[in-house]
Amino acid sequence: MTGLRILVLGALVTLTVAVAWARVGTLVQQAPPKARALSNPLEGQQRVQRAGAKLFAHECAACHGPDGRGMRKAPPLNQADVQEAPPGALFWVLRNGSLKRGMPSFAHLPEAQRWQIITYLKTLKERG
Amino acid sequence: MYEPYTSAAEGPFLITYTHQLEEPGNLEITTKDVTGKSVGGNRFLGSAVEFEYGIKAWWTTELYLDGQATARDGTLFTGYRWENRFRVLPREHWINPVLYVEFENINGADKSLLEVVDNDGEGDLTGPNSETRSEKKREIEAKLILGSYFKGWTFAENFIAEKNVRHAPFEFGYAVGVSRPLALAARPDRCNLCPENFQAGVEMYGGLGTHEHFGLQETSHYVAPTAAWTLANGTRFTVSPTFGLTETTVGFLLRFAVSYEIDQFGRAARHLFRNSGGGQ
Repeated sequence: MTGLRILVLGALVTLTVAVAWARVGTLVQQAPPKARALSNPLEGQQRVQRAGAKLFAHECAACHGPDGRGMRKAPPLNQADVQEAPPGALFWVLRNGSLKRGMPSFAHLPEAQRWQIITYLKTLKERG
Repeated sequence: MYEPYTSAAEGPFLITYTHQLEEPGNLEITTKDVTGKSVGGNRFLGSAVEFEYGIKAWWTTELYLDGQATARDGTLFTGYRWENRFRVLPREHWINPVLYVEFENINGADKSLLEVVDNDGEGDLTGPNSETRSEKKREIEAKLILGSYFKGWTFAENFIAEKNVRHAPFEFGYAVGVSRPLALAARPDRCNLCPENFQAGVEMYGGLGTHEHFGLQETSHYVAPTAAWTLANGTRFTVSPTFGLTETTVGFLLRFAVSYEIDQFGRAARHLFRNSGGGQ
């Protein structure tokens, strides 16, 4: 009987973990409403964009390409789903990453640096 | 514009692990060195060369090659370690667990001092290499790594359990650390001396006895301020003066490390092999 209980408990834990991992939709769409509501405190500043470009080159370009057009599994960042996404949703994606899709978390970057990257990301559309 | 490196995610720590894993496909090469002099022993330099590779966003593997040199004694290769770290939770939380499993095949002459467990102490460093090298240490080590980021600060706590595969009881230890970069926002220009390129922190680590004699009695504990400097080209230097806090410790150790991370090494290697295969 104890063995059966352990088996059921194990199955429940496995199912819970599987459900947690198997969320659907694009990464940006998975951002919860509270995160989406955050606004970028550094938005639009020229100096911040330049700092963001430097950070983008360090942290993102290896996978998403130097101009953010995407490479292999890494999606393009100059397309509508990213460019029209609320800054808070992008901030949430940078913080959490997606282990399932191979994107690491960038939570180790201070918040200010993550906002700098997002400020730069929003200029990629203008650059084509 | 493309800068072929990423930021120093592990902070300035040389012993304590944060929950940050290597990015998938990236290879980081590090040399970790420690020098000191135990009472009754000769000055030594323990060295470990570390190859850290991100297999998946949730799985990092590392190979260490250890060696040491002791004044008026000799220089020798002391063995290897293979470790794996697994991120447990898919999202970032206020505290984040990572599981660590390591197999090490080293000998008793190893002086890289990458962790302190049980009653490890100064006495382990005084024997001549000709004797200590014959002691085999094939051990399994597990760690629970907990990490948090809060307003630019990094907090990390490691709980260590180690077991010799042949004999000896479970041995326990701990490591904790806190660090912060000197600036939270990045400067717009490429620079070596920008304050965000510097990180400072402090680590504390030590042994906790065995499962038979768990506790602080006759265990070694160290406290170590630590600082890291990342150049604009991605090379990182870390230095950590380490002070022994108990009678069984070495009074002073100086740790230092140099590391360089190669972005998307795995992709470049696959590309290279594919091209060379196609040409045959």
